[in-house]
Amino acid sequence: MTPRLSAVGQTLRDRLGAQRIVDDPTELETYACDGLANIRVRPGLVVLAENAADVAAAVGACADAGVPFVARGSGTGLSGGALPHAEGVLIVTARMRKIVAVDPDDGCAVVQPGVINLDVTRAAAPYGLHYAPDPSSQQICSIGGNVAENSGGAHCLKYGFTAHHVTGCSVVTPDGEQVRLGGRAAEYPGYDLLGAFIGSEGTLGITTEVTVRLTRDAESVRTLLAGFESTDDAGAAVSAIIGDGVVPAAIEMMDALAIEAAEAAVGCGYPAGAGAVLVVEIDGPLAEVEHTFAAVQEHCRACGAFEIRVAADDNERTLIWRGRKSAFAAVGRISPNYIVQDGVIPRTALPEVLRAMTELSAASGVRVANVFHAGDGNLHPLVLFDGRVEGAEERAEEVSGAILDLCIAHGGSITGEHGVGVDKAKHMPRMFTDDDLDTMQLVRCAFDPAGICNPGKVFPTPRLCGEVPRVHHAEETTPAEIF
Amino acid sequence: MLTESSDAVDGVPVRYAARPTSTSDVADVLRHTAAENLAVVARGSGSKLSWGRPPERADVLLDLSGLTGIVDHAAGDLVLRVRAGTPMSTVVDTLAPAGQRLALATRLAGQRGPLGGTVGGTIAANPPGPLRYAYGMVRDLLIGVTVVRADGAVAHSGGAVVKNVAGYDLGKLLCGSLGTLGIVTEAVFRLHPTPESTAVVAKTVGSGDEATRLAVAIRHSQVAPSGVELNWTGSGGTIAVLVEGVAGGIEARTDALVGLLGGDAEITALPDWWHEPVAGNTILRAAVAPTGLGALLDAMPDSAVARGCAGLGTVHIGLINPSADLIVTLRKVAQAHDGTVWVEQAPAAVRQAVDSFGPVPALSLMRRVKRQFDPDRRLSPGRFVGGI
Repeated sequence: MTPRLSAVGQTLRDRLGAQRIVDDPTELETYACDGLANIRVRPGLVVLAENAADVAAAVGACADAGVPFVARGSGTGLSGGALPHAEGVLIVTARMRKIVAVDPDDGCAVVQPGVINLDVTRAAAPYGLHYAPDPSSQQICSIGGNVAENSGGAHCLKYGFTAHHVTGCSVVTPDGEQVRLGGRAAEYPGYDLLGAFIGSEGTLGITTEVTVRLTRDAESVRTLLAGFESTDDAGAAVSAIIGDGVVPAAIEMMDALAIEAAEAAVGCGYPAGAGAVLVVEIDGPLAEVEHTFAAVQEHCRACGAFEIRVAADDNERTLIWRGRKSAFAAVGRISPNYIVQDGVIPRTALPEVLRAMTELSAASGVRVANVFHAGDGNLHPLVLFDGRVEGAEERAEEVSGAILDLCIAHGGSITGEHGVGVDKAKHMPRMFTDDDLDTMQLVRCAFDPAGICNPGKVFPTPRLCGEVPRVHHAEETTPAEIF
Repeated sequence: MLTESSDAVDGVPVRYAARPTSTSDVADVLRHTAAENLAVVARGSGSKLSWGRPPERADVLLDLSGLTGIVDHAAGDLVLRVRAGTPMSTVVDTLAPAGQRLALATRLAGQRGPLGGTVGGTIAANPPGPLRYAYGMVRDLLIGVTVVRADGAVAHSGGAVVKNVAGYDLGKLLCGSLGTLGIVTEAVFRLHPTPESTAVVAKTVGSGDEATRLAVAIRHSQVAPSGVELNWTGSGGTIAVLVEGVAGGIEARTDALVGLLGGDAEITALPDWWHEPVAGNTILRAAVAPTGLGALLDAMPDSAVARGCAGLGTVHIGLINPSADLIVTLRKVAQAHDGTVWVEQAPAAVRQAVDSFGPVPALSLMRRVKRQFDPDRRLSPGRFVGGI
């Protein structure tokens, strides 16, 4: 432990009490990774924050000493955004689990960052409301992490992402100040710092309280499962549905290998012999949904669906979704190891990109299962490998990287919802120019001139900031000294 | 590159004008003005140039009305890439034949139809409109942006796909920044299908409390409206609810709405005020927690008019030569409901008597952002919050 870090540890033990500080090496090891488990760094120190004052104290102590810090919620992120710093402090917000207010008439809830995504919906349910962003990890992921990652989910096609559903955040900035961005009103004068903060992957500060918008539960929800001979046919159905002016709540696609995995894991009973299945969900006012749902079925049939199953009730709906939602974990049944990729393409490029991925897979001998949010072109190829085989992981990494190349070549993005984190920082220059990255980092420099807030994430090369507002610490906080 | 000009921005005389027709032209102008330490104010159609405060100086008027054109309308992907100087009416005309729309409607003085101004001005000034209840504001539909910095560097953020979390979202930061952080030259928007059918149900309201109560009832209903708008004239007004969707489903929803609102609620044509800005030489913009709207309306004098989204608690208030005290009073009422009132447009006397923006939380952080993007304060200096 560096002398600075041990000084921070002493300060925080004094201020917060020893029970909030973790410094035992074995215990620290349990925080060494988030959902991206193949990259591990044992944090120098862990602070278990109970409230905003704890977070401010921890950040302030780090700022004073020029020690880097990283925020962590439930630790379910898939890009290493909460990967600790070996000589820094990991500030855990998981204990900040209070739902401060649910206000149905204002259509909002105020929650602490450690509150689990699904618990917001549970708290709103008695009023017929819910929290719309629903990442697949919604039973375990926290709102603070959702804010950091601008999380989406299967239903963001219609309802939007975290950025569309958060109207306010209390934030501890990297110099330890507490500020409020936004609030319960729909807008405030000044720069939309809230918009910049959401999705900044924990590099601009730590949120300590979040005001979220609640959405009316739909009057009617209809879900169908359609089996197709090929991903081409299923892709054509997606285009036909969207082209008809329908905005479904969700359209998800799985290819043959992903179906095989889901069958092995949960026996979801998807149509036998399908080369692809679509899960399509329509929601809204009853009269609207009935009409639209009939049109969706016609489009599926016209594009070659050989079997369409319509969920008759909530039970059957859950059954249809079970296969889809279990798909990531299910792939473990057919492959000892796999990489979860997250790339985006314009929806119309789907057939072309899927064909190119098939060729890539055939040429390399690396199997790729596809599960994705087809409505918005967000691909989640699962690149399978056996870690016990020499060179297999490297080959899988190559295929995974080549898939990102395909996304970029088709005008897409290297990440749709998992974030850049440490995992994809090296890929950022493939999507953005030096000037693009430099300009984004102007925002970083405004919030975090000393470069101590989640350093090493998002950007491949840190920008040296021209200004250090805490003059009396200038000699300690120059970025050159920290890195 | 620069020509002499006798134009003015909100009463501030201009020395030079430039009319770039490409992003690289804009970059050339900004590199030149950086070297010469000239302040730059961008203008599209000029419809919102008097919003905020007058700039401290405006050496160069950067006229973007020549930087026009649809770059790409990817109809199958519901995405539009367009240059900043393009009139919003051109956007409407381009999308309509494909059965698509940019789900923004704005209320701009001197503009007819649902969309006035230019793409760049809409991003910079962030005008609200009656579809915001369902579709949000510019920030919610802007998925990619090209911006020229004060030093002439060209940067992009976002992209051409709706779902994208790679890098910081500079687009949101630029929305409503009144040209103080950079010059947007190109934008990419998410589009929506044009609804097959629309209908409006309107009802008169007699008090602020009634307006709030009805807006809350609509929020808890299954009507799923696109707009919940209020037109307030003194001590009462009309609430009008826009329902959009498939033809087969509209009737059931409007029937439910008529029953829900009660009284004289009826299905009507789109009210003639729907796209019109409020009247008055002073326009205030107010936003409160939705249940606080009634208190704000009740605090307004009978001579005031207001128009905006009752469903979200956001209205424009129109006044004639209001006193500073009145603005401060309204601001206090709004603050009690976690909101605020700021001056969008007003005569010089009003703007001198009261701070246009009022107290702004996180202002020091905003100043730090400004210092990073424009350290010499040459982009619309003084127009924005805190004299940024």
